[in-house]
Amino acid sequence: MSVLYILVLASIAVAAFFLAAYVWSVRNDQFEDNKGAALRMLQDDEPTKQ
Amino acid sequence: MPITDTERKTIIIRKEEKDHNCYHCGTPCITNSIAIDDKLFCCEGCKLVFEILNENGLCDYYKLQSHPGLSQIKPTRNDKYAYLDNEAIASKLYSFTDGNNTVVTFYIPGVHCASCMWLLEHMHKLNEGIVESRLNFTSKEVTIRYSQNKISTRQVVELLTTIGYEPYISLDDAERKLSRNYNKQRIYKLGVAGFCFGNIMLMSFPEYLSTDLGIEHQYAFLFRILNLVLALPVFFYSASEFFASAWAGLKQKILNIDAPIVLALIITFSRSIYEIATNTGSGYLDSMTGIVFFMLIGRIVQERTYQSISFHRDYKSYFPIAVNVVTPTGIETRNLQDLKERDIVEVYNEELIPADAIIIKGTGRVDYSFVTGESEPVTIETGKMLYAGGRQKGEKLVVQVLKPVAASYLTSLWNHNAFTKDKADNNNRDSIIHKLSKYFTVILMGMAAVTAVYWAINDPAKILPSVSAMLIVACPCALLLAATYTNGNLLRILSDNGLYLRDATVIEQLGNIDHIVFDKTGTLTQDSNRYSFKGHQLSVEEKGWVYNIAAHSSHPYSKALVNALGIYPASGADGWEEIAGKGVKGRVGANSIWVGSKAFVGIDDMPDGQPAAYIRINEEVTAFYITPVFRESIPQMVPLLAQDYELSLLSGDNNRQEKTLQELFGRKSVLLFEQKPLDKLTYIEHLQQANHKVLMVGDGLNDAGALQQSNVGITLADDINNFTPSCDAILDAGQFGKLPSLLKLARSGRYIIYFSFIISILYNLVGLGISMTGNMSPMIAAILMPLSTLTIVLVTTGAGSLMGLRAGLSLKSK
Repeated sequence: MSVLYILVLASIAVAAFFLAAYVWSVRNDQFEDNKGAALRMLQDDEPTKQ
Repeated sequence: MPITDTERKTIIIRKEEKDHNCYHCGTPCITNSIAIDDKLFCCEGCKLVFEILNENGLCDYYKLQSHPGLSQIKPTRNDKYAYLDNEAIASKLYSFTDGNNTVVTFYIPGVHCASCMWLLEHMHKLNEGIVESRLNFTSKEVTIRYSQNKISTRQVVELLTTIGYEPYISLDDAERKLSRNYNKQRIYKLGVAGFCFGNIMLMSFPEYLSTDLGIEHQYAFLFRILNLVLALPVFFYSASEFFASAWAGLKQKILNIDAPIVLALIITFSRSIYEIATNTGSGYLDSMTGIVFFMLIGRIVQERTYQSISFHRDYKSYFPIAVNVVTPTGIETRNLQDLKERDIVEVYNEELIPADAIIIKGTGRVDYSFVTGESEPVTIETGKMLYAGGRQKGEKLVVQVLKPVAASYLTSLWNHNAFTKDKADNNNRDSIIHKLSKYFTVILMGMAAVTAVYWAINDPAKILPSVSAMLIVACPCALLLAATYTNGNLLRILSDNGLYLRDATVIEQLGNIDHIVFDKTGTLTQDSNRYSFKGHQLSVEEKGWVYNIAAHSSHPYSKALVNALGIYPASGADGWEEIAGKGVKGRVGANSIWVGSKAFVGIDDMPDGQPAAYIRINEEVTAFYITPVFRESIPQMVPLLAQDYELSLLSGDNNRQEKTLQELFGRKSVLLFEQKPLDKLTYIEHLQQANHKVLMVGDGLNDAGALQQSNVGITLADDINNFTPSCDAILDAGQFGKLPSLLKLARSGRYIIYFSFIISILYNLVGLGISMTGNMSPMIAAILMPLSTLTIVLVTTGAGSLMGLRAGLSLKSK
C-alpha cells in the first residue's frame, strides 16, 4: 500500500504543474485580448523572399 | 408577374451602385473620376491609402475583407500633430524609451475588422523605423516599437493617420499611465484556491466514506497533514481580500458582510488545526477552501469589466493635449496645462477652444453643444468672448486666453463637491446586502450565546464544539454568493441588451429609481432639427432676400431660418427693423419682407401645425416649421416610463419645442429650458433633497455635473467606444427603447437576492439544527456546503434570466 505515497505526491505534482501553467498564462497576458488571437490566426504568412 | 419599367430601372440603379462603391472604404462614389485601373475611390484620401499600401505590397489588406478602410473624405490638417515634435509633450506618451528605441501605445477608435489588425501589425513594411507593432483588438490599442533615429513620434502618428487609423490622443493620456493589472491578483488567488480546494476534496474523500477510520491510520494522518498544508495558501493568500475588507469596515465602525465571513473562516481554520493536531477529527478544511473558491468566482463574475469602455472621463479626455501658441519668435506648441493668461492661441476648424478667451482675429462659428446642450452653432464676432469647450466650425481663429484651462467656465464644474464623492463607495454602504448582514450577524451572535448557555448547564464539554460548529455553518457566505451571482448574471443580461454598468453597485441603485431626468439635445433628439416650409414656394432669389432680413436678427427662429436657407451673398436691406417678440421686417430692392409671428406679418388663414415663423414677401406667405427629430424609440418609450416614474426634462436649448415636448411628456412632467450645466446639477440636488432617487439620462459634457450628482447617471452613446462623460452606466443609443425593460430587470434584482437569501437561511437552519445538537460531522458539512452553493448559483442565474425574458429582453449574447 505504500505505493499510495508516490501516487499522492504524483497527483499533487501534476496539479501543481497545471497551477503553474495557469499562473504563467495569466502573467503572460494571454487573457488580455480574446478576440485578437482568433483574427490573427486568419492571416496568411508572408511570402518568403526569393 | 412582368417587371415594370420603374422596377427595372431601380434594379439597374441598385446594381450600378454596388459597382460604384469606393474600393477602400465602401462609400458610394459620387464621381467616377478618381480611379486606379478598374478600382474606384470616393476621394483622393482613400486613393492615397490604396497607393501607399500597393507600393509596399500590402494589398492583402483588401483580401481579408472587402472595403475594410475608413472613409478619408474628411482631411486632417497638415500640422495637426506638430506638437509631437516637442519632446517634452511627446515623452508623456511613451511607455518606454532609451532615447532611440521607443514604445508607444495609442488608442485607435477606427479598429473594427481582421484587415485593420493585419495592416496595423504590418506597419514595419511601411517604414523601416518601425520595428514592431501589435494590436490589442479588444481594447483597440496598438503598441508600436520604433527607432527614433529613423522615424519621429510625429511621423509615426502621421503615418497612422495617412493609412486611415488616426489615433486618439488626449490630455488624459498624458496625465495617466495606463495600469492594466487591476484584477490580476484576484485571478491568481482564484487559481490557487481552486487548486487547493480540488486536492483537499480528493484527500478528504476516504474520510467521507469511512465511518470508523476504515483506511489505515498512517494514511489518514498523512491526508490530514497534506490538507492542512494545502489550506494554508487559501487562508493566508486567497482569502486575504476578505480580511482586508472586513478590517477596513471595522476601522470605520461598519459591520460589513465580510466581517461575519472572516469570523467564520478564522473559527473554521483554527478548529480544523485543533482537531488535526489532537488527532480528534479531520476538520472542515474542504468546506472552508470551497467557500473561498466560490466566493472569489462570485466576485470575479460580478466585477466584469468592459475593456475599451471608460466610465471615468472628465473634460480632460475631450481636450487636446497641446495648443499652438503665437509668440514673438513664431508659433510654438505648448502643453495645455502650461497655457497662461494672455497667451495668444490659434484655433483651427473642428478644434476645441482650450480656454476662456477673446477673439483677436477671425469670426467664430462656435458649436457649444458640448458645454450647454444648445444645438445651433453661434456666430461670435472679433473682440467677443469665447468659452472653453466650444468647437470652432469655419475659419482659423486667433484668440487671447483670459483664464488658464483649469479655471475656465466649463472646467470649474468639476470643482463642485458632487465630484469629490466616491459613488461606488456610497452605493456599497446603502446596499441591502450590508443591511441584511448586520442583522444576520447580530442574530447569529445571539443564537451562539443561547447555545453556549444551554450546554453550560447540560454538558460544559460540548460548549466549544457546538458553538464553533454553529458559527462555521451559519457563515453568511450564502448571502454573499446570492448577491454576487445575481449581480453578475444581471450585469451580463443588461450588457447583452446594450446597457453597460460601471460596477455591480449600480444595479441596486437603478432598481430604486423613482424619478427620471432627461437631457434633450443629443439624448431625446438627434443633433439636428428638421426644417420645412409650407405655402408659397420660395425661389432662390427670394431665399436670398429672406436670408438678408433674417441674418441680422439674433432670435433663435431667425438663426434656424438662416440655417435652413443656406448661405447667400449679403446684399443689405433697407428699413430693417426688429420688433422684440414679434419679428423682423425690411425691404430688399422693391420687395417688402416680413419674418415673424402671425399677427406681425398680418395674415389670418394659413396652414396650422404651429409653424415657428411666417415669412411674407409682398403678398406671398410661407410658413416655416422647425420639428425636432426624436430618436426612433422616444415617442413610444416616454409615455410608457411616465406610468411608473416621474419625469423631468432639462434642456440647454431655448423653449421653441416646448409644446411638442409637453405633449410627449404629459402634463405632470417638469420641462425646463435654457439650463446651464450647473443648473442641471442643482435641479437634481433639489429632487434628492425631496427624497427622490434620480436617474439622469444625458449625453454630453454639459450633463456631466447632473450625471455625477444623480443616483444613477446614464450616458447615451451612439458608439459605446466613443468618449462619454463620467457616469455610472453607458447605454447604447440603438437600444434606448429598451430602457423601461432594463429598469424593470434591475428592480427585480433585489427580489432575487431576497429569495435566494431565504433559501440559504433554510439551509442554514438545517445545518444549525444539526450542529446545535452537537451531531455535525465533516461528511454532512461537506454535502451541505456545495449543495447550498449550487442551489444558489442555479436559483440566481435562473431567476435573473427568467426576469429578463419576462421584461422582454434578449438573453443571447452578441
